[in-house]
Order: sequence, then structure tokens, then C-alpha cells
Amino acid sequence: MNDILYLMLRRLRQPLITLIVIYSVAVVGFVLIPGQDDQGNVWHMDFFHAIYFVSFMGSTIGFGEIPYAFTSAQRAWTLVSIYGTVIAWLYSIGSLLALFQEPVFGRMLRRRSFANEVKNFNEPFYLICGYGITGGAIVNKLCKRGIRSVVIDIDQERIDRLEMDDLALRVPGLTADASLPEALDHAGLQHPCCVGVLALTNNDNVNLSIAIASKLLAPDRVVVSRTESAVNARNLESFGTDHIVDPFRAYAQYLSLAAHSPYMHLVYDWLLNPYHRPLSSAYKKTSGRWIICGFGRFGKALYQEFIEHDVELVLLDDDATQLADFDNAIIGLGTEASTLMQAGVRDAVGLIAGTDNDADNLSIIMTARELNPKLVTVVRQNLNTNKLVYKNSKADFIMEPGRIIANRILAKLKTPLLPVFIEQMQQYDDVWAHTLLNRMSSIANTSELDSWSVQVSREKSPAIMALLDEDEQVKLNKLMKDPRCRTESLPCFPLMFRRNGDLELLPGELSLLQEGDEILFCGLAAAQDQMEWSVNNYNILYYLMTGEEPSHNLLAKILKKI
Amino acid sequence: MNREKVIFAFFIVLALTLNFGFFLGDIENPAHHNVFELFAAVVVSMICTVLKFGDRTHIGALMLATSLVADLQLVVAAMIWGYGAQLSDNGMTTEMISSVVSLSGGALLANIVSVILLMVETIVVRR
Repeated sequence: MNDILYLMLRRLRQPLITLIVIYSVAVVGFVLIPGQDDQGNVWHMDFFHAIYFVSFMGSTIGFGEIPYAFTSAQRAWTLVSIYGTVIAWLYSIGSLLALFQEPVFGRMLRRRSFANEVKNFNEPFYLICGYGITGGAIVNKLCKRGIRSVVIDIDQERIDRLEMDDLALRVPGLTADASLPEALDHAGLQHPCCVGVLALTNNDNVNLSIAIASKLLAPDRVVVSRTESAVNARNLESFGTDHIVDPFRAYAQYLSLAAHSPYMHLVYDWLLNPYHRPLSSAYKKTSGRWIICGFGRFGKALYQEFIEHDVELVLLDDDATQLADFDNAIIGLGTEASTLMQAGVRDAVGLIAGTDNDADNLSIIMTARELNPKLVTVVRQNLNTNKLVYKNSKADFIMEPGRIIANRILAKLKTPLLPVFIEQMQQYDDVWAHTLLNRMSSIANTSELDSWSVQVSREKSPAIMALLDEDEQVKLNKLMKDPRCRTESLPCFPLMFRRNGDLELLPGELSLLQEGDEILFCGLAAAQDQMEWSVNNYNILYYLMTGEEPSHNLLAKILKKI
Repeated sequence: MNREKVIFAFFIVLALTLNFGFFLGDIENPAHHNVFELFAAVVVSMICTVLKFGDRTHIGALMLATSLVADLQLVVAAMIWGYGAQLSDNGMTTEMISSVVSLSGGALLANIVSVILLMVETIVVRR
């Protein structure tokens, strides 16, 4: 606020002094020059009339020669003063307009209105640094869920895109370097309603400084940071960053799951990805030899994940130094058929085109598919602008790490139980996953599968607690009934049950609830809305339990007696 | 020597001296108080105010405040003078001239504070 005022005052100093001086000279002139009244006597204009005359002359209004007709000397002075005052005005107004048009001034104004807007937030919001693919997807999803967010990005174009994107809520955006704590502060880092900070820029150092600033200024705030190097990840961990995502490793894990247990992979995909893969996509044979083209950061992350699950691998790269210590390595890009033949593409099950050149990647999968049409192809997309070609590339997986980590972060923000479930389910085998998937499929089919958690506590579920206080037994399956008709079930089922830290996956529906229990459900979003009612409203839960409407007011009790 | 400082100090001291010159004399006698001097005091006081714009220091803020006080007092005095000379039926009464002079006395105090602040700043920042 003060910045703008001071800048304005300092710039206007000279024009204002000019204006005052010219006006006072003109006024003194009129007072000193003798005039004539209507009787021909000598008359001196007083200050009151002089200021009056100069005021309307200077603003070019011109009421005429007041109060008596002017003498030639007065007219001569008027002539001089007209030009003086008009020029002084033009100069002052010109300087003011020039100031308003200056980009610096505009930036300061925008920043101020942004900071004010954030300051006036009175509902929880997330501070998102970096509005790329990941940031964009997260903001969009948060808006759809009715959660507010604030965006900082260093690139003006991205902030423009934020304003053009069709978001359900207004999301204020600021063009600033997010590694500067001042910018973070303006964006509400210290605001009591800020529930989390997401450092999603493509620069590891910036993410690191955002995480540090956030942990120092507001230690209890959730911080999620993206990083591409293991060193940085350890650094972030050392000061308590709540969630660290590495796009390459995240995608490598995702893909390796697809390779060694396709059904588990689909469960994962269904829970996290709003546009999940169809059930039929799992029938492809995915265990066998895989070929990795391009052994950079992505290739190495994949190699580590695949090796852990004993997948047979062939590595391709045109840089021999990268492949020096590995067996099964072939030097070459993979764009030519001969290199691919050498790698054994005809009897391989999958091929990953993971170089940092989009044209090469597309060329690799097209060549490979010609040689082996049954091949599972994974292609890495580097530039967002190539989206259209990639969409039509018919590859089985398009690797966009941005979306994968967006989904991961959203799952974490949605309910902290979901990542726990995903971790736990990997102990089970693919048959278990297949059964679970069939159950999910019967509920969600092709629509988005949502997940949410219910906590038995006075704050989160007053209705359950009220019934427990009356020594009633509340069974888990009661929550899954439709509040509008208790014989119908809601399209959802419990995934996990947590009591005092003990986890039970796919719990029995007759389990009795206690205070402190947490249940993770999955199902359609509509079911969640209905369940909110039964968890929070005593009357509805009572109806679900007993089938009757409770009568707790006096009138109803009297009527009942009659 | 800093030319900017000379101009700045010149106007601040000039505002004080003009104000003092107008204030000097019998409080009820219009002949002792020149209207040109009042006009000059108002103009110089306004220029002082503008000169003090945009200084972010604490002393700068205090100086701006004193200047605004002087402006307020002098403008009100000039308005009373104008009312007495032009609009009032009885012309300039002794009450009016004395309130004009006492208002300018108030402005004089503000101007003295302003000059003291200027001196403080000069002494503290020895360069």
C-alpha cells in the first residue's frame, strides 16, 4: 500500500510545485495590476477574486471578466497566465497518466490487489507454487471440490492461462519468484486459513527454498514438494517436508506395477486417476522382456524399479558412457529397425520410449509396433504442445509425470488414509487385486471412483457419537445404507478400517464402530454426499438403524402418547 | 554542498519567517498584518508540503505532518480573511482579524517544529 503512495507522491513532487508556483504568480499579478470599476475608478482586485478568476481560467472554464471588465494591462496578464496555468495542468496530468501507464506501477497495483484478496480469505486454501501441468491439474480438481487455492508462478503466460482457464472458483494468481519469502507471504503463507503449501515448480532449488520458508514461517503447515533428485529429496525430508514426490520415480513405480501385477496396477489407477483405464486393458500380457530406450533420469528410475521385481530388461541409449556398467545394453537410439531387432523386439512384451526428444520417442514406438504389433508401448511426452500427436499415437501409456504426481498429491490431500491403503495393498497378490477390481467395477463402471474417509469422533461424526452415547451398537454397514430409503445400499464399500493404529483391509461390514475408528470408503461421489448426512444428522442415522423417524420434540411426544 | 538540501531548507525556513512576519504585530489591528504576507505564507507552506512528499523516514513523516498542520491553519486563516473582506456584512471585525492572527500563530508553532526537525536531522546525519 505504502509503496504505491510513496511512488506517486515522489513522482508528483515536481508537477505539483510547478502548479503551485504558477498559480500563485498569476494570482499575485492580478492583485497587483490596477483595474477599473464600472464608474471608472481605480480598483485593485483582492485575493478572493484573484483566486476565483485564476481557478476558472486555469481550468479553461472561463466565466468572463469578473467583477468588472478588465483593463488592457489586466488582459495582457490574463494572456500570459492562461498559457502558464494550462501548461502547468497538462504537465501535472501528463505526469500522473505516465505514472499509471508504467509497467512497474501496474505490477505494484496488481500485487497489492492480489495480497489484499488473499488476506481477505476466510476459508481454508492451498498455496500452489508453479502452475504447470501438475499445478494446473491440482488447482482444477481443488476448485471442483470447492476448496480454494492461490497460485504463484514466475511466468506471466501461465498466470494469464490461469485467468483464462475455466475454473469453478476464483483463484488469485501472482507473477513472482516463489523462492522469495516476500512473495510467499503476500500469497498467504502466514495466513491462518492456509492449510498447505505445494511446491511444484520445475526447479528443485526453488522448491527447496519454498519448503524451507514454509517450514520456518509456519511449522505446522503441510508442505508437499516436487523434486527430481534423490539428494534433494533427502534434504527435504531432513526438515520435515510432509510429502515429497519425484515425477520420474513416481512414474517408474506406476509403470513397474503395470508390468509385474497388472490388476494391482489397475486398482491403483482406479483409486487415483479420475479417468481410469478400462478393466479390459489388464488382459494384455505384461510379464516378459522389456526394452528401455533412452537411459537418462527416467530410464534409470525405471531400471531400478524393474530390477527390484526381477523383470528382464534390455537397455538402449546412443551414449555409450551411460551404459558402461550394465549388461544387456545396446548402443543406439532405437529409431531404426536394426537396433530394435538386435534388442529382440519381436519376442519382447513391452517397450518404453523414454528419450528427451518427442520426435525420437514417437518414431521409436512406430517402428517397434511395425515389428511387433502386440507390444505394450510406453512413450514419454516432453513438451505439452505435442499433446495432439501423442493422443493419436495409440501408445498404451503416455508418460506424463505431471499428471501422475498431481493424482498422487490429490490423493494425499483428499484423505491421508488412501496412501496408507495403497501401501498396504501391495502385500497382496494379483488375484486379490482382481477380486477387488471386480467389486470396484460393479460400483463405478466407467465413472470416476471417489474415495473418502469417515472418522468416528465428536467433531467429524456427531450422529454416530450420539448413538454410541446411548449405548446403541452402530454397525459399519448402517453407514452404507441410503438415507432416503434404508433398504437400498449406497454405491460404495469400505476399503480399510483403522482402530488404534491396527489396519484391516476390506473389513467386514458388520464390524461395530467405536470412538476413534477411521474407515476409508470408495465409491461414487454421490454416495459420499449421502453418507455425510447419515454421519452428521442424528435423525437420519436413527432412521437407518431402526427404520423409524425419531420423535424428540415435545409435540411429537405428546402426539405419540395420544 | 547539496543543492537539493539548500532548496529544501530555504523553503522550510522561508515558510517560518513569512509566517512569523505575518503574525508579528497587534493581534486586533488589521494594519499590522499584510494580506500579501499571508498569501505568500500559504503558497510557501504548500510548496514545503509537496517538497516533503515521498520521504519514507520517520523524521520525514514527522516533517510532512507539521507541514500539513501549518497548511491547515493557514488555509483556514485565509478563508476567514476572505469571508471578512468579501462576504461579511460588517466587514473585517476585530474578532475576525484576531482569529486570523491566532490561527497563523498556530501555524507558526508548527513551522517552528518543522525547522527544529530539520535541524535535528542535520545534526544527526553529519555528512
